[in-house]
Amino acid sequence: MKKLVIAAAFAAFAAGAASAETVRMGTEGAYPPYNFINDNGEVDGFERELGDRLCEIAELDCTWVTNDWDSIIPNLVSGNYDTIIAGMSITDERDQVIDFTQEYFPPDPSVYVALAGAGDDVMNGVVAAQTATIQASYVASSGATVVEYATFDDTIAAVRSGEADAVLADRAALADVVAESGGELVFVGDDIAIGGGVGIGVRESDTELKARLNAAIDQMKADGSLSALIAKWFDGKVVNY
Amino acid sequence: MEMCADPSTLEGFNWWICYLTTGKQQMFYASFGTVLALLALTAPVVLVLGFAGAMARRSRFLPLNWLGAIYTNAVRGIPDIIFFLFVPIAMDQGIEYLRHKIKCPDVTEPIRQGNDFVVCAAAKMPLGTSPQWVHEVYGFTLALVAFAIVFGAFAANTLYGAMKAVPRAQLETAEAYGMTPRQVFWRIEVPQMWVYALPGLSNLWMILIKATPLLFLLGVEDIVYWAKELGGAKTSRFDYPHPDWRVYYFGVLLIFYLLMTWGSEKVFTRISRRLSHGQATLGGAADAQVTA
Repeated sequence: MKKLVIAAAFAAFAAGAASAETVRMGTEGAYPPYNFINDNGEVDGFERELGDRLCEIAELDCTWVTNDWDSIIPNLVSGNYDTIIAGMSITDERDQVIDFTQEYFPPDPSVYVALAGAGDDVMNGVVAAQTATIQASYVASSGATVVEYATFDDTIAAVRSGEADAVLADRAALADVVAESGGELVFVGDDIAIGGGVGIGVRESDTELKARLNAAIDQMKADGSLSALIAKWFDGKVVNY
Repeated sequence: MEMCADPSTLEGFNWWICYLTTGKQQMFYASFGTVLALLALTAPVVLVLGFAGAMARRSRFLPLNWLGAIYTNAVRGIPDIIFFLFVPIAMDQGIEYLRHKIKCPDVTEPIRQGNDFVVCAAAKMPLGTSPQWVHEVYGFTLALVAFAIVFGAFAANTLYGAMKAVPRAQLETAEAYGMTPRQVFWRIEVPQMWVYALPGLSNLWMILIKATPLLFLLGVEDIVYWAKELGGAKTSRFDYPHPDWRVYYFGVLLIFYLLMTWGSEKVFTRISRRLSHGQATLGGAADAQVTA
């Protein structure tokens, strides 16, 4: 009896594996609300829900893996996973190494955040940014001193502890932190438009996967479900898809 | 637990009970097992590699002798961290390259296409279709091999020194009894060398314990990974929001490592007493006086 159950389970598993291709979705898991590890230890957030939906449409069997932001591109290229879906802006520099699908999230402005009462001058002081982000290169070229940290969380901690005068990051990610800091942290200055939209990164040799994901994103844009998903995770943000 | 269904209503003691038993916390607890497993599995491999390395260095067969010397000196000379980054990547790509050559001989496209390292789907290691735990075990194994190679080189040097430290008179006596060189080695030299090797090996064990956070660097979700992940400030996107608690989580790791070294020290003291029993060393002589 036991053997029969096991055999049936195997058969079901084999059938499931045969009908859909397995795609390993790589994300960072440390950038709420885009992606984070929830209290059950699972990948959660906007991109988790989006990715699962895209896989359903494209009939792919998806599993989620996390990887440090710093090495997320090299590990995609060496085949540890098949996609990067981690709030990654499409830039020319990245496009030379990997390919991107069309954007699934419009360009999000970046903004400075500092301790309350620090004044606007912090933009020219020591600015924290996450390593290998568009914000890190922006600060470096702005003439301020950039200090790079491995995770988004570390950049916020640096501002709180006074190691850095301010942090530059996506407004969508900072919004939560500022809102819940109880007045400790404030936005400084105006929004800065850097970087393109956010797309899914795939290996340049993976043209078929890219086409299937693009088609799935097309469908979600057309039926309005992508806009609804963005509104759900980003406090009612309105997008024109 | 049932009372943990709605964390936002919890307070005080119940909040803590629920917080400390979330799935994520349990992964943190389980990761201590990962570290202990690494130690338990690496130590024997290190001893075997060390023993083989030491024997190679003693060998009168020159190429083997050179191999032993190159292994112990090169690996000890290269910074650990470079080795830890190099070995898993090199092994992974090496294995996939070989599998690609064997399993997909018909594919003519080059494996290195610009930046991409592309092997056919059947040659992937582990296969893309394998469940996540297979990937984790594979990553852990690569890390284990890297640890074993590095620490094996140090162990080889320690054991090589210990073999040479066994008093010459002991070996000569054995030869006088008509033992072959092989018998002298296995029956007289090896049993006696451990007492000389022990201080070096205990040192190595301590360094191995301290080196286990390097697992984090290799992408294995060890205690450092979870401490950092759980300790970071959490907004109300999470069920259990809290400020930056990393200092407490790292404090727990500190205590864990102190307990590990303290326990190891005790065990080594016992082993040392047992090994020096009746030996022609200071420790053994002191022991003999006490029993006499």
